Amino acid sequence: MLDVIFLPVRQLGSVVLGMIFGLGRSGMFLVYAMALIFVPPYKPDRIIKQLRFTGVNSTFIVLLTGVFTGMVLAIQGYYSLNKFAAASLLGPIVALSLIRELGPVLSALMINARAGSAIAAEIGIMRITEQIDAIEMMALNPVRYLVVPNLIAGMIAFPILSVFFDLIGIYGGYLVGVKMLGLSEGSYFGEIRNMVTMKDITVGFYKSVCFGIIVSWISCYKGYHAGYGAEGVSKATTESVVVSSVLILVWDYFMAAFFF
Amino acid sequence: MIAVDNIHKSFNARQVLKGVTLRVEKGDILAVIGGSGAGKSVLLKHIAALIRPDRGSILVDGIAVPALRGRQLEAYRARLGFLFQGGALFDSMTVYENVSFTLHEKTRLKEKEIREKVYEMLGHVGMRDEGDKFPAELSGGMKKRAALARALITSPEIMLFDEPTTGLDPIIVNSVLQYIKSTHDDLGFTGIIVTHEIPKIFSIVQRVALLIDGTIVSAGTPDEIQSSDDPVVRHFLSGGDDGAGSEKP
Repeated sequence: MLDVIFLPVRQLGSVVLGMIFGLGRSGMFLVYAMALIFVPPYKPDRIIKQLRFTGVNSTFIVLLTGVFTGMVLAIQGYYSLNKFAAASLLGPIVALSLIRELGPVLSALMINARAGSAIAAEIGIMRITEQIDAIEMMALNPVRYLVVPNLIAGMIAFPILSVFFDLIGIYGGYLVGVKMLGLSEGSYFGEIRNMVTMKDITVGFYKSVCFGIIVSWISCYKGYHAGYGAEGVSKATTESVVVSSVLILVWDYFMAAFFF
Repeated sequence: MIAVDNIHKSFNARQVLKGVTLRVEKGDILAVIGGSGAGKSVLLKHIAALIRPDRGSILVDGIAVPALRGRQLEAYRARLGFLFQGGALFDSMTVYENVSFTLHEKTRLKEKEIREKVYEMLGHVGMRDEGDKFPAELSGGMKKRAALARALITSPEIMLFDEPTTGLDPIIVNSVLQYIKSTHDDLGFTGIIVTHEIPKIFSIVQRVALLIDGTIVSAGTPDEIQSSDDPVVRHFLSGGDDGAGSEKP
């Protein structure tokens, strides 16, 4: 009888303990990998390879989403601003939205979907086929070899791609606002110059560096601790994308509130 | 010397090792034979410090393996070679890159010297012409031989082989076993081979241990094991054809 009463409590306790254990383990994984960044030997060839994979290969998808995001912002912004006879402020609205918020967040989500999932799957397959054990048996540190280059590449590639996203988005807004809706080119770019400050740019930069760390950390962690077989890798990949995406949005709120 | 004393290991509720004790003298090769799922690979991974025991001790030349961490662990593993059951080749690298990986990472050899060493090793395992291929382009036997070349390239003091001949045809089995023997004669490594290759394995090892259901039920020289009157040993060596009717009477 008592078992029936306490079973749900025990199960709830087990779930909570599991979550606390998972949080602690993933936190320690990040701290350890971040510490290894500063400890030689460095792996420039691995970092360049990851930069190519995470950064260069994501450029097209980031530019594509960036230009359409800018165009949508311009259409919606023009519609709203026109009601207040403030259509001349379309440039700053598009630019500030992109630089402070949408550029870092949407580019991070796109890179997460393209590269983060692939990193989790690759490391997960290495785990289940004992390739990570093989690295350990060669007296090498698999975290240094697999995770650190991803973290560094993430911290470099995410801000650069975010800038690409911002620039192409502003250009998309220009195409819609100036070329389609007839705003003056001078007012579009002139108001951007007047209203966008250095602080706006640094906020976007800090955000995208943090998102780079989040995506690299979660995708490597999930792959590194993948379960058994194809199902384990599939679960790790899915969890990597979902957890990274949620963390990006949650962390974005805290940074937006902090830098308000 | 490798000294394993009374090690226990459970995964969730399943007890895999139930007090394994064995010794391997320096320069000897021990064959660990036993049924599938008996815990042979788990035992090997304990010695490689890839898994830590719940209880018991593992001493290698007086070093307590489960207690090793950080640089001490790296130094210990630098003395080891491990041939994984599935090969564990890096699938994004060619055979040459796989075999040369440790030399690139851990030595200061020039590329020319590495190339010579790698192709010499690939020649020993009959894969001199396969250096540019990726693991996905290789048969199971070729993967195993490439993995063997990778494990032996650093001339380790201790070699751990996890089923080095499983899935190979009889001719390749003989050549791999003979290669292990000749390498052992040259390098004098201390080795443990987990295998089902009975009776061929008896000709290249100094000692044999029979692991059944997580415990060593018998150990001795190949002759002692083959002439043993122990019904468990007889039953296993006969492949169940002795009429005993169960794995552990």
